[in-house]
Amino acid sequence: MRTICLYFQIHQPFRLKRYRFFSIGNDHYYYDDYLNESILARVAERSYLQANKVIRQIIREYGTQFKVAFSISGIALDQLELYTPEVIESFQKLAKTGSVEFLAETYSHSLVAMKNKEEFTRQVTQHREKIKQLFGQEPRVFRNTELIYSDRIGADVADMGFTAMLTEGAKHVLGWKSPNYLYCNVINPRLKLLLRNFRMSDDLAFRFSNRGWSEFPLTAEKFVTWLRKLDKNEETVNIFIDYETFGEHQWMETGIFDFLKALPGVVYKNSNFSFGTPSEIADNLLPVSTISVPSPISWADEERDLTAWLGNELQVDAFNRLYSLTDKIWRCDDVKIRKDWTYLQASDHFYYMSTKFFSDGAYQVYYNPYDTPYEAYINYMNVLSDFSIRLNSLVPEDNQDMEIASLTQVISEKDMLIGKYENEIKRLKSTKGSSPAKKAVTTAKSAPKSKHKTISVKAGKK
Amino acid sequence: MRVLMFGWEFPPHISGGLGTACYGLTKGLYSVGIQDILFVVPKAYGDEDTSNVDIIDAGEIVVSERTIDYSSFFRQMHFIEVGTSLRPYSTPEEYEILTSVDKTDSRYLVQSSFSGKLSFSGGYGNDLFQEIANYAVIASIIAYKFDFDIIHAHDWLAYPAGIAAKLVSGKPLVVHVHATDFDRSGGKVNPGIYEIEKAGMEAADKVIAVSNLTRNIIIEKYGINPDKVVTVHNAVEPIADRELQKRARSIDDKIVTFLGRVTMQKGPEYFIEAANLVLQKMKNVRFVMAGSGDMLNRMIWRVATLKIGSRFHFTGFLKGDDVHHMFSLSDVYVMPSISEPFGISPLEAMQSNVPVIISRQSGVSEILQHAIKVDFWDTHAMADAIYGILKYEGLPQMFKIHARDEVDNLKWEHAAAKVKDVYLSIL
Repeated sequence: MRTICLYFQIHQPFRLKRYRFFSIGNDHYYYDDYLNESILARVAERSYLQANKVIRQIIREYGTQFKVAFSISGIALDQLELYTPEVIESFQKLAKTGSVEFLAETYSHSLVAMKNKEEFTRQVTQHREKIKQLFGQEPRVFRNTELIYSDRIGADVADMGFTAMLTEGAKHVLGWKSPNYLYCNVINPRLKLLLRNFRMSDDLAFRFSNRGWSEFPLTAEKFVTWLRKLDKNEETVNIFIDYETFGEHQWMETGIFDFLKALPGVVYKNSNFSFGTPSEIADNLLPVSTISVPSPISWADEERDLTAWLGNELQVDAFNRLYSLTDKIWRCDDVKIRKDWTYLQASDHFYYMSTKFFSDGAYQVYYNPYDTPYEAYINYMNVLSDFSIRLNSLVPEDNQDMEIASLTQVISEKDMLIGKYENEIKRLKSTKGSSPAKKAVTTAKSAPKSKHKTISVKAGKK
Repeated sequence: MRVLMFGWEFPPHISGGLGTACYGLTKGLYSVGIQDILFVVPKAYGDEDTSNVDIIDAGEIVVSERTIDYSSFFRQMHFIEVGTSLRPYSTPEEYEILTSVDKTDSRYLVQSSFSGKLSFSGGYGNDLFQEIANYAVIASIIAYKFDFDIIHAHDWLAYPAGIAAKLVSGKPLVVHVHATDFDRSGGKVNPGIYEIEKAGMEAADKVIAVSNLTRNIIIEKYGINPDKVVTVHNAVEPIADRELQKRARSIDDKIVTFLGRVTMQKGPEYFIEAANLVLQKMKNVRFVMAGSGDMLNRMIWRVATLKIGSRFHFTGFLKGDDVHHMFSLSDVYVMPSISEPFGISPLEAMQSNVPVIISRQSGVSEILQHAIKVDFWDTHAMADAIYGILKYEGLPQMFKIHARDEVDNLKWEHAAAKVKDVYLSIL
């Protein structure tokens, strides 16, 4: 049984508003609500809802024979819930059909896998819980942000209990090997790897409407003849693309939805392929070999590496600055801080700082709110400065600070006790009552150790 | 191919960007195979770098009595003898130099009858127009005496000379627009200068603009046929590494620099407003305004009003080594020009590894990628960029690595190759 695996990625970052340095310390809201809401509304209407409708029709026609997988970043889910809840509802309907698998990723669509395993695990857990809560599924397969993968990341993902992971079928990694088989991680072979067939995926995602392309126009029939031309032993063709390909990157007028509508029928009629979800493929196929990826790969650009996010000094500086806060974040349970921490990690913020596109003059990043990478960096760093200040005020800087903070807390508590005793003494002097001293001691012992006290004392000290 | 080029100054006797640009261009042309250039300047001192060009001193051409009809914009001009220098027009200190022209030194006995429109009241003395006219007269003599294939005139002061040479020789004329009066005057265009500029552009077979910004002005404000106007961005001469040596700093504070004429065109007031914003948030920073000009007093007054004088310094006009010194002390260079046809100083700053912030209303912003670009009026964005460079390590690191490379790739050879194409298109 040969399978075709359709997997669609959905992500939208919380784009930052223009945040000047004078706002640092004064303004703690960082997001451009208008921009985010209008982009979400537009993409939902033109892409997500339309494509979901088509997929529902297909499922109505072919039932559970047809399979498709999604991963929706936690940040995208948050925004969908906030701005276009009808999209969530539409996905929930799809989830009930039994044809749809939801994959896990980092909640923040972050690059944390490159930095910190603990935080990586935490974000994945957070995302798994969200998927469970919204769609009632326990994800078994993992896809990392931008399909970023290395041997070590794979091992970390295996440790989290996933059976399989998706990544790019990068030429420089595969060499003569074909992406159309199941592979496994070199450190922990229990983790299966599904590799993206980048040629056929990009035919859809990038070349579909390109009139200069030799294969234009691409029809479902033509696509299936390519499937049939593949070597008979090749087992799976993994088409991994952005969901926005439908209706947004490729407009409805290009016929992309018609292609999707027609595809299952033609696949069943003209080929011996069927559809499968990533976890089915991981269960049913045997890995043909391990794949060794010592340095990380991604699905981006010609190079399939990380240079679009961590390629220049601006990006590296911002990235290191951000993750230097990790330890403090772990000591902070403030809800707002946690939320901003989640949103500030989105890989998009680093993508906007890329200077890669200078050389080919194609600096037309999808919905990039900035004119230049420098603006993107300055804006992000301003926001991060304010965030650090907030975090520092909630979590004391170092041991000495902590000691001072705890001592001042002790002093203030004792002050309060003294006050209480004085009141008590006054009360006793005025009224002659029974055994009040014992009472006072018990109240003192159970005086709550509130965080707020620490803060006010620290602020006063400054 | 022999080129007759009319300029107004040539290194080492330069007072503005024009001389530097002419020098770079002639060197570039030399390297792309145009090695025969007759460069005419009103007064040659004898110590110019003549390795790439023959310098002709316009003042040394002995002129006998002639009558020439300049139908386009001089009515008729009689002259008897020209025995002396014409004053080089200089950009940075135009005002002061022009008003300090030593009139007793003038030995020329030129009688010109300008059309009445050329007389005006304003910054320039009538002498300047007379000199331009004289220069044109001499140009026609040179055009008789020498053989050449093409005429190339730099900026409006040399246009009449170019036109005269074209009338006499019938050879094609290229005028090179380094600036228009719309840039210099901030909108209050001098009709006399405008007329000369327009005449030059109209008489030319091709017009070279130093940026698309300037090209648009030429097309829109002077009504020149777009097909005739070609953009050739300027370049910058590489500087030797020894000039880059950082000098010892006497203070730990960060330094943010404005360097240029303190005139309306350069937008000095926006620099001050941005400085004020930055100083609200940051203490260890100083701002320097290097240069002089007719707005200097107003600027000093503004700084005093804002009470930022202890952190804001004026140096007056800087020359030569002092400029490099200033760059070597700077952490940020800001060029907030309102209208800058090209703007070479950010490139010089980048050569000294100084991060630059430039206004989008400058020609140089069309070609630079490793610079922060802001609208000149957006002092908030400007202040934010200054703060960012001073505060966030990523930016200076990034600039150190890429900006120098970028500026080193802006070579005069490339510009000269485009100029050569322009020549070939009209020969």
